[in-house]
Amino acid sequence: MDQLLQHLVNGLVLGGTYALLGIGLTLIFGLMNVVNFAHGEFYTLGAYATFAALTLADLNFFAALGLAIVCGLVVGAVTEFVLVRPLRRESIDTVMLVMIGVWIAMQNGELLVWGGVAKSIPHPFSTTPLTLGGVSLAPLRLFVLVAALGLIVGAHLLIHRTRLGRAMRATFQDADTAALMGVRIRRIYTATFAIGSGLAAAAGALLGPVFIAYPSMGDLASLKAFSVVILGGLGNIAGATVGGLVLGVAEELGAGYVSSGYRDAVGFVIIIAVLLLRPSGLFARAERVG
Amino acid sequence: MRRAAGILLALAALTLPLWIANAYFLHVVIMAGIFGVLASSLNLLLGYTGQLSLGHAAFFGIGAYASALLTLRWEWSFWLALPAAVLAAGIAGWAIGRLALKLRGAYFVLVTISFAGVIALISINWMDLTNGPLGLPGVPAPELGPWSLRTKSAYYYLVLAAVALAYEVCRRLVDSRIGRAFVALRENEALAESVGVDGTRYLVLAAVVSAGLAGLAGSLYAHYTRFVSPEVFLFTYTVTMVIMVVAGGKGTLAGPLVGAVLFTVLPEALRAATSWQWQMLAYGLILVVLVFFLPRGIVPTFFR
Repeated sequence: MDQLLQHLVNGLVLGGTYALLGIGLTLIFGLMNVVNFAHGEFYTLGAYATFAALTLADLNFFAALGLAIVCGLVVGAVTEFVLVRPLRRESIDTVMLVMIGVWIAMQNGELLVWGGVAKSIPHPFSTTPLTLGGVSLAPLRLFVLVAALGLIVGAHLLIHRTRLGRAMRATFQDADTAALMGVRIRRIYTATFAIGSGLAAAAGALLGPVFIAYPSMGDLASLKAFSVVILGGLGNIAGATVGGLVLGVAEELGAGYVSSGYRDAVGFVIIIAVLLLRPSGLFARAERVG
Repeated sequence: MRRAAGILLALAALTLPLWIANAYFLHVVIMAGIFGVLASSLNLLLGYTGQLSLGHAAFFGIGAYASALLTLRWEWSFWLALPAAVLAAGIAGWAIGRLALKLRGAYFVLVTISFAGVIALISINWMDLTNGPLGLPGVPAPELGPWSLRTKSAYYYLVLAAVALAYEVCRRLVDSRIGRAFVALRENEALAESVGVDGTRYLVLAAVVSAGLAGLAGSLYAHYTRFVSPEVFLFTYTVTMVIMVVAGGKGTLAGPLVGAVLFTVLPEALRAATSWQWQMLAYGLILVVLVFFLPRGIVPTFFR
């Protein structure tokens, strides 16, 4: 029983960051219709930006996290402006090929800059775990969970309570009508891609110190993000949140009770199973933005 | 003119080991041939039916493992293991086609990636069958009667035959009713179905043939390098195939072969000057540049 609780808690920590990745991708893939295979590279970017800020610039840990998110926002905005915007009228497959190119280029760029040796990201938290009723949790992991939940709430508020969020929802419901109402939809596309990428960078910055940073870490992150999006339904932000937590817990239980070698297979199986059995996602009736 | 060029090309291909004595150059040509089969197989899906498979390394790997295991564990002859590898990959292609081709576009891509991910994890974790990450060393070289095809020039002819076979299979398929159905489905699926083209059936057929050809390439690769490990499932292989098809020209028969030669010879030629990471970085950038500036690929742009 204690073991089960422990797995659940670990799963939620992972799941919180998966939810961030998933919300980011559901904005880009679900709403903008860009099959963003580079999404995981923004996750990697977040982890390396944190590492650089801490070791090269000697920044405070929390400032480094903030900087990583800003990095994700800026690189995301530039990517959208330079590569996605000119292809707005092209087919979804054309844009997908470009994003595959971006994925490979970013990943190998990181490999060239940082080398193939994994980097461990320093953090200021004590390594003595907190224990409560048989469940132990490193303070760093607790911080990751809290920060991820904070960012998730922030994303929800941004989309549902701000002018920008309203403009985003309008654009993705009907871009032409939104444009007629004075929404500058090209800016909305750039902003959406930037926010999605920023959330992925945040996930990388948070999970980087828990594990290690290495250039190909984004591959699995991309696939997990896709499985979260598919689990939650395209463009469904609440769905992505729940989907992320479900994937985190499922992976942790799978690794604990089935086989740790197949931990990463959980996401793949979810993609295949959900697409075949329930392609609109598990929470299709939940609130929908798109 | 075209005919003369074709005869010259065939003659050059047939006599190539006579004027390329250098073993390393011959190795590059053999790899170009194996990738030519792979790129042609991917092109059948991506170029003709318009569905991108990003799990193609899985069919390649299944072919390689099937062939290696059959010859190593059960001591089958290469000449039986090769068709068995094609069959194994074809069956996997059928399963994925049946499952995935209810889905189109991005969803098809995701299912193929996930399938490749699961297969790669199995190859790493199922120690008893695959020997895990250590791989299977000592895959035997094919023998033809009393001769061993161990030498590079002999293997070259084997690969050349496979390339010719793959080309011919694709050509016959594409020039037939079936090929026209593929293109019709790519261009407008609803319209194609309204005139009686059974979309799912044709797409499954394309997936089976495409996977089978990838399995053929896998078997040839296994018996050439004589070693198979989970690295055959590396995403790099899939990416290389995509670049070859997109650069050479999607939906043309010659395009994937041109792409395969270009993207096998070029990296080798630049190997002294650049490292592997630079090469992959360049692949990513080339893909982006191609989509923007040469969207139809080399063959349709320069040779039509």
